[in-house]
Amino acid sequence: MACLIQGFVTNGMAPIMAEQVHNKEKQRLWVKFSQLPATLIIGGILVGFLLCIALLSFVWTPYDPIAMNVRDRYLPIGSEGYLLGTDRFGRDVLTQIIMGARNSLFVSIISTLVSLMIGTLLGLYVAAAGGRIQNIISRTIDVGVAIPGILVAMVLATAIGPGNLAAITAIIIWFIPVAARVVIGPAVQVLSQDYIEAAFGYGRKKWFVLFNHVLPNISSTIIVQASVMFAAAILIEAALSFLGVGAQSPIASWGRTLKEAQPLMEIAPSLMVVPGLAIVLAVLGFNLLGDGLRAYLDPQQTRKR
Amino acid sequence: MLIIENLHVSIAGHTVAEVEKLELANGQRIGFVGESGSGKSMIVMSILGLQPKSAKVTGSIKFNGVELIGIPAKKLADIRGRLIGLVPQDPTKSLNPTMRIGKQIAEAISLHSNAGKKAILRRVRELIDNVRLPDPDRIIKSYPHQLSGGQQQRVLIAIAIACEPKLLIADEPTTALDVTVQGEILNLLLTLSKELDMGLLFVSHELGVVRFVCQKVAVIYGGQVAEFGNADSIIKQPAHRYTDALIAANISLPRNEIEVAGNTNQLHSVRGSVPSIGEFPDGCRFRNRCDFAIDSCRSFVPMRQKDKDHYHRCCNPISSAEKPNVTH
Repeated sequence: MACLIQGFVTNGMAPIMAEQVHNKEKQRLWVKFSQLPATLIIGGILVGFLLCIALLSFVWTPYDPIAMNVRDRYLPIGSEGYLLGTDRFGRDVLTQIIMGARNSLFVSIISTLVSLMIGTLLGLYVAAAGGRIQNIISRTIDVGVAIPGILVAMVLATAIGPGNLAAITAIIIWFIPVAARVVIGPAVQVLSQDYIEAAFGYGRKKWFVLFNHVLPNISSTIIVQASVMFAAAILIEAALSFLGVGAQSPIASWGRTLKEAQPLMEIAPSLMVVPGLAIVLAVLGFNLLGDGLRAYLDPQQTRKR
Repeated sequence: MLIIENLHVSIAGHTVAEVEKLELANGQRIGFVGESGSGKSMIVMSILGLQPKSAKVTGSIKFNGVELIGIPAKKLADIRGRLIGLVPQDPTKSLNPTMRIGKQIAEAISLHSNAGKKAILRRVRELIDNVRLPDPDRIIKSYPHQLSGGQQQRVLIAIAIACEPKLLIADEPTTALDVTVQGEILNLLLTLSKELDMGLLFVSHELGVVRFVCQKVAVIYGGQVAEFGNADSIIKQPAHRYTDALIAANISLPRNEIEVAGNTNQLHSVRGSVPSIGEFPDGCRFRNRCDFAIDSCRSFVPMRQKDKDHYHRCCNPISSAEKPNVTH
């Protein structure tokens, strides 16, 4: 009898307890989430949204991006069937923006990753070299940082022809010295620690120490730098295509959409506002993400949690 | 086991350390005492070839018959950690903050053996247990910043003794720690040295600490051994004026407790400060700060024997009749 009652009780209790546990876990997750910096959350949402849209464009866009519809030219925002209106050829602006997001992210991600990789390797090498080599290369890097990137892009565009390749190459050349300079400082500081000397003392090779001990310790710097670079790359890509150096028609690009809208400012101001807003939101998203990551990865913050 | 002979370390032409002869027997514990800048770390670090790159080292340091000066880097790397362990001064700078503790201890083992993963993990637990750290599972998974300074220093001791070295060098292992933890670390070093029959080369600026840990003491000043002998004999009956001044300045030694408790209310301090490299006077290095300097201090002072196992280089030593430190 007692057994029966117990069985009944436990059976009855089990789902309630499981639910409580589940709720507690949910609560804990929520607490963890709510402790994240607000900038990180907002930035993450903006960037995530942008990424989703760019990926979506591979499978679906509202309209064919190059299909013209002469009857429906210059439709305003909120027209039936055209959420963001149409441009002077009657193309759907929303489709243009979505395709532009794809191009913008493509250029900025490729160029940022490549320049970060090369810049980090260069920075690590310089930090470990020390002495005269370090001096010479870091001064050269400083000179590299001082060269205006737009100028490099212009020269490249005339040399290899305008297009995404020219834009990507220009941004990479522009960013390598920036990335290297960001890496050198923290790397030198980490290299002066006793555990680095111990690793060398045990007979570890230079690049082993650099990858296994130095790189993990400066990773937060690099991650934050990456998000800042993404934002800058989006802006530069837009500027280059605005100047006619970047992506060429018919590849959609925010900068070119903006440029094409410029002479039509008085007829259809929304054509200019929309791509401008897209650029602003994308840059804002990456910058907020960078700021949030900086706060989140700050070692002192981490220690407090 | 360890024999240092005619060791001479110089930086940019200036002598920073010279030791005529110093021996350490198996399992013996020896303390190096001196102020900051006295060259004690320089002597100890040159044993492991860890002196600054600009330093020039000549002479002979023999460890179990192997000459360590001029040894190829590969052979030296093998000796470091396997035969001679090092406990560093600052634990917070000596552990990689992005690597779990378990991995850092395991690295020290795997560098010098071909043991499998399981054997290494077993050894890591054993070592954590050896250095009296609780809860090995948690420690293995922790990052350095999750441990206290004392716990970090214990981890570093575990790393240093991972391969059961014959000699452990501890370079001021308690300076960066809280006073409350210092005693525990010292006790640990002492017990480990006895348990593993491991020689201990202990660098410190506290004579009281050294007397507690070591059998022999070398008082270092200006890169020279000023006085050498049994710890008790040196602290109870110092011969060198510098040793005497050091003792007088030390609050933790019983002799001074009485004075502090009494009416003077003041600790003695050594006049002046340690000169920079290359600015030490000729003859006795301590001459310009000594209240008892005489004319013969101006010329080179050789090592003299006071008792069996008690040597010093002082021209005007404290005689047995003189009560030490009365005139300060």
